[in-house]
Amino acid sequence: MRLKHLISPLDLTVDAVDEIIDLGLKIMKNPHKYAHICEGKKLATLFYEPSTRTRLSFEAAMLNLGGQVLGFSSADASSAAKGESVADTIRVISSYADICAMRHPKEGAPMVASLYSSIPIINAGDGGHNHPTQTLTDLITIKKLMGRLNHITIGLCGDLKFGRTVHSLINALVRYQKVRFVLISPKELTIPDYLRKDVLDAGKVKYTETDDLESYLPELDILYMTRVQRERFFNEEDYIRLKDSFILDAAKMQLAKERMFVMHPLPRVNEIASEVDNDPRAVYFLQAKMGVYVRMALIMHLLTLDTIPIS
Amino acid sequence: MLNIGGLNEGIVIDHIRAGGAMEIYKYLNLEKLDCSVAIIKNARSNKMGKKDIIKIEGPFHVDLNVLGVLDHHITINIIKDNEIIEKRTLSLPDRVTNIIRCKNPRCITTVEPELPHTFKLTDRKNRVYRCIYCESRFKGN
Repeated sequence: MRLKHLISPLDLTVDAVDEIIDLGLKIMKNPHKYAHICEGKKLATLFYEPSTRTRLSFEAAMLNLGGQVLGFSSADASSAAKGESVADTIRVISSYADICAMRHPKEGAPMVASLYSSIPIINAGDGGHNHPTQTLTDLITIKKLMGRLNHITIGLCGDLKFGRTVHSLINALVRYQKVRFVLISPKELTIPDYLRKDVLDAGKVKYTETDDLESYLPELDILYMTRVQRERFFNEEDYIRLKDSFILDAAKMQLAKERMFVMHPLPRVNEIASEVDNDPRAVYFLQAKMGVYVRMALIMHLLTLDTIPIS
Repeated sequence: MLNIGGLNEGIVIDHIRAGGAMEIYKYLNLEKLDCSVAIIKNARSNKMGKKDIIKIEGPFHVDLNVLGVLDHHITINIIKDNEIIEKRTLSLPDRVTNIIRCKNPRCITTVEPELPHTFKLTDRKNRVYRCIYCESRFKGN
């Protein structure tokens, strides 16, 4: 059955993920071929909390496809400030737009929207819960750079406890063969127990947990860095103590393979020194660019425009 | 042993975990019923050591399977003409609405009070339910 909404990264089957990624890569090669495919279509971006990068990435994606965008970029600028429910908002927006990307600070809000909407809903991030288009962005970047999503060793470094990006990426990658994870974090920020037991152990996935980035760097195909986020801590002291746990700099990059790639969901604070930016293995800005192509592919998929032959 | 009069017609909710009867009473809104309800707490049980029992007099038409979400030990006896005509064990429903409430402070249900609190059974063996919105876990007794 074809997917109507994208709420969780696992809503998509592996085949659907592969189709979307392949379409994204095709669009990247020949963007002009897809420049008019969404003409006459509108994307509503309902952002109840600010997120410059994700919102602009969605808007760029729709504009690149020849469609138009409308929406708001904070709850203050919407009827939510007057107390309107998500359900009522989406019922109304359904008659204004053809597809909707929603970000909301509360977990499950896009799921609520999908229950009341007559147009496809894309979860553009719901609190610390899901952010499926970030996962698709990560996957298309790995596929573009490595040519595959299986048989890779990926290091995930930083805040592995609260980082939803990391959790979603692990859940997505365990569905591919022979992916090995090196989980690099301070002891206080290791992956949640459910992920260790229910996903990695249950799936007999190979993984190593360590707090020693340097020792494992030479083994990695991908190093995925994450930021320690202040807003996830109740205690400022813990945040200050842990925020500088892992900083990637030029000296550490010398330990890595010539073909290892450094990814980061951005924004970064100081976990990747700016001197690394000029290293050709630093691909986090390419990753942000790939996010536009994969969102273009996703919009086409949800609007069932990906079945139209493109000459 | 404490003796509570028999039922002519009604149901007996048996094998409630000791101390759990009031929770069940509240979930079933038994205070709103216009019939006799007996709550027996800390009754002796060979199987459980101690247990609670609720006896409800008269016809009572509610889907009692939801009780399995809260306490899987519970058994139901249907009484008619002073006899047990049916002994029922509970099966877990695939979905429950407004039986358990999501306790995740970051869940959308905390800011939209009109939303139904719906949970989906995600692991029958371990009796795990998850909120359909935020996927927070609920495990019954």
